[in-house]
Amino acid sequence: MLAAIVLAVLVALVVLRPLVESGPGREVVEDARRAELEAAKEAKYREIRDAELDRGMGKLSAEDHRTTDRELREEAIEILRELDALEGRSPGG
Amino acid sequence: MAFAGTACLLVGIFTALYAAVSSVVGARTGRRELVVSGRRAMYCLAALLIAATAILQSAFLRSDFSFKLVADGSSTDTPTFYKVTAMWATQDGSLLLWALLLSVFSSAVLFLTRRSLRDIAPWATAVLGTVGAFFVLLMLGWENPFTTLAVAPQEGAGLNPLLRHPAMMIHPPMLYTGYVGFAIPFAFAIGALITRHTGADWIRATRRFALIAWTFLGTGILLGALWSYTELGWGGYWAWDPVENASLMPWLTGTAFLHSIMVQEKRGMLKVWNVSLIIATFVLALMGTFLVRSGILESIHAFGASTIGAQFLTFIVVVIVGSTALVISRLPYLRSESRLDSLLSREAFFLLNNLVLVLLCVFVFWGTFFPLISEAITGTEASVGPPWFNAVTTPLALVLVLLAGIGPALAWRRITPSGLRRAFRVPAAVTSLALVALVALTNAEDSVLALAMFCLTAFVLAVVGQEMVRGTAARRVITGDSWPRAAAGLLARNRRRYGGFIAHAGIAVLFLGVAGSSAFLQQRDLRLSPGDTFRAGGYELTYERATARLGGDGAGTGAPIAFGAVLTARKGSESFTLHPSRNFYPTRDASKGSIGRYFEGEATSEVDVRWGLKRDLWTAVRPDISQLEGPIQEANRKFADSSGDVQAVVIAAIAERYRTDPPPAAFRSIVSPLVSWIWIGGGIILLGALIAAWPTPEARVRRVRSLYRARVGRELSGA
Repeated sequence: MLAAIVLAVLVALVVLRPLVESGPGREVVEDARRAELEAAKEAKYREIRDAELDRGMGKLSAEDHRTTDRELREEAIEILRELDALEGRSPGG
Repeated sequence: MAFAGTACLLVGIFTALYAAVSSVVGARTGRRELVVSGRRAMYCLAALLIAATAILQSAFLRSDFSFKLVADGSSTDTPTFYKVTAMWATQDGSLLLWALLLSVFSSAVLFLTRRSLRDIAPWATAVLGTVGAFFVLLMLGWENPFTTLAVAPQEGAGLNPLLRHPAMMIHPPMLYTGYVGFAIPFAFAIGALITRHTGADWIRATRRFALIAWTFLGTGILLGALWSYTELGWGGYWAWDPVENASLMPWLTGTAFLHSIMVQEKRGMLKVWNVSLIIATFVLALMGTFLVRSGILESIHAFGASTIGAQFLTFIVVVIVGSTALVISRLPYLRSESRLDSLLSREAFFLLNNLVLVLLCVFVFWGTFFPLISEAITGTEASVGPPWFNAVTTPLALVLVLLAGIGPALAWRRITPSGLRRAFRVPAAVTSLALVALVALTNAEDSVLALAMFCLTAFVLAVVGQEMVRGTAARRVITGDSWPRAAAGLLARNRRRYGGFIAHAGIAVLFLGVAGSSAFLQQRDLRLSPGDTFRAGGYELTYERATARLGGDGAGTGAPIAFGAVLTARKGSESFTLHPSRNFYPTRDASKGSIGRYFEGEATSEVDVRWGLKRDLWTAVRPDISQLEGPIQEANRKFADSSGDVQAVVIAAIAERYRTDPPPAAFRSIVSPLVSWIWIGGGIILLGALIAAWPTPEARVRRVRSLYRARVGRELSGA
């Protein structure tokens, strides 16, 4: 029983600390939307690179690659636009 | 120390529940400090369960028989190696391992996502905390691994001899890591559904965990097969046993999930399918644990029925009903963002591969639960055997291997007919050549299905090889690197893609082994006396002499007595010896007598295998020790009260009697072509999975011209 009480006190000290600390805490929490957009941007870039590799390997014809690449870059631009709007940056980055 | 272990569990259940409640309240009220507190509670749960495991392991290593678990599953003469593994040979210990792995995995993913997925992560914490609390509750309520005995026995019962095998040391933790690992994407999928953030964020955050879980589960399944092949004494590696099937089902749906999430990440499609797949995978993982522990289906792997079947079943039903209701309520948020551009695209074939995998899972599920289904409908329990499973799964396995070859050759979105011709010209030629060579040079045509699988293996390897060569060539054009450097660069910069391709090659190689060893296996069962000779699969085998070994076997299982045989095998100029044996473990049953208990306890086959890339020669012996009964009875009477040293001399004399005058022994020999390629294929899959799971370096940035368009080009060219 004593062991359980000691353990419970130790756990409570660790777990409840954020509740008694003043201010918002030291952890920097990224804006959820920005994190989402950053991840989407990386994924889109990966897709563009994949398409380039497919073109280099002859899986995509030049015409198909042009079409796909244009679509993907337009989608990437949309993501960048949203990211910049969130961060209040100019288009050039 | 048992009280400290129970204290860890007691505090652990409240900690897990607090993690769940605090996270939910934090998420609903926007109080971030509650979310952080909930996450910390999950870290504490991991610390508590690590401490509990350390206490239990310490008891096993000290042979502290005041712990009921240690008294039931270990003994002073159990080798240290197996004392460490004895924890998961029991139900209570397995539950602790499950909860421990869950808490550690949960802590890892919550730490990695502490600065992202702000909305989803608290709900995922709540799910993981609830699952953790359920497992700790099972231990506290019904199967406490820290239960103590009022009077500690002098000696323990010892570890089940069948489990004294190196593969068994790591097989259960591997399986459990796989099962538990799928809880992570499941929890985040539930979080995504609750918060209506059904994009690909939760997939990106947990994809690596799903891949790691898949890898561990697959490795665990293969280690189980290896154990079956080398320990169970029947010579096979897969028997469509319920417990084997239970581990295969989540692996099948997990494989489908790993493929279909790529479609959601790239195209925003298959959202309903993906959440459904991960829910199914987690439920099947729970089912896997339940099947081993419930005793509802007969299995060679289910070590005893338990008292927690009903609790498990209730939990599974709650998970199914709750998750399904959540998916249905969120259907409007799970609409696809784009449509399939072409049926000749990688995503179309991923979808097809998903359907085949799920169909396979449905068949395996049906066959596994058929005894329960038939009893519920007709009142009579009936079961389907391996022939049924083989008949329904073999055609699907062929299609699956074909798709494993087609998928890598296709581009995302669309491929033109000319591109298609270019992609499959070389692989089709290689496959045709393989077919001609197999028919002309081997007897592969004796089994059409095996021949088809061999050709499909050649097809997959040709596609993967072609992808590697063409990718390397394309990279050389860009970088001007040498071939090896370009190949390394290609792999390093496209780990997910080429890791996946390597895993596909591994799957094809594995099925090559399955097809060869299933279709062309030659088995002989004989009774032989020393000097007898027989032929098996081109080998001439001679039973040279009997053996009797005392005081520890070669495999280090701690068996005090082993009777066996020396066989000489000859094939052409090749000649070698094999030493199959049978280990005898003492029983605690006093009625067998102080000498007889060493001969009449449990016995296990220690097979001897001559491993080879072309074929394995597998041998097992079952010595007939019935003629020793007379001398054993006499020794029981005369030496019941003698010292241990005297009894050891008597046992040695009885064993020597068997060695010098052995009766005919039963032998089984199996010549199994290509079976080694199953383990090699498994190794290739593991390599591919590790490459795919390895983190990619951050994209580097370079300067180019022009606003947004230039920025896209700039960031792309740097990676």
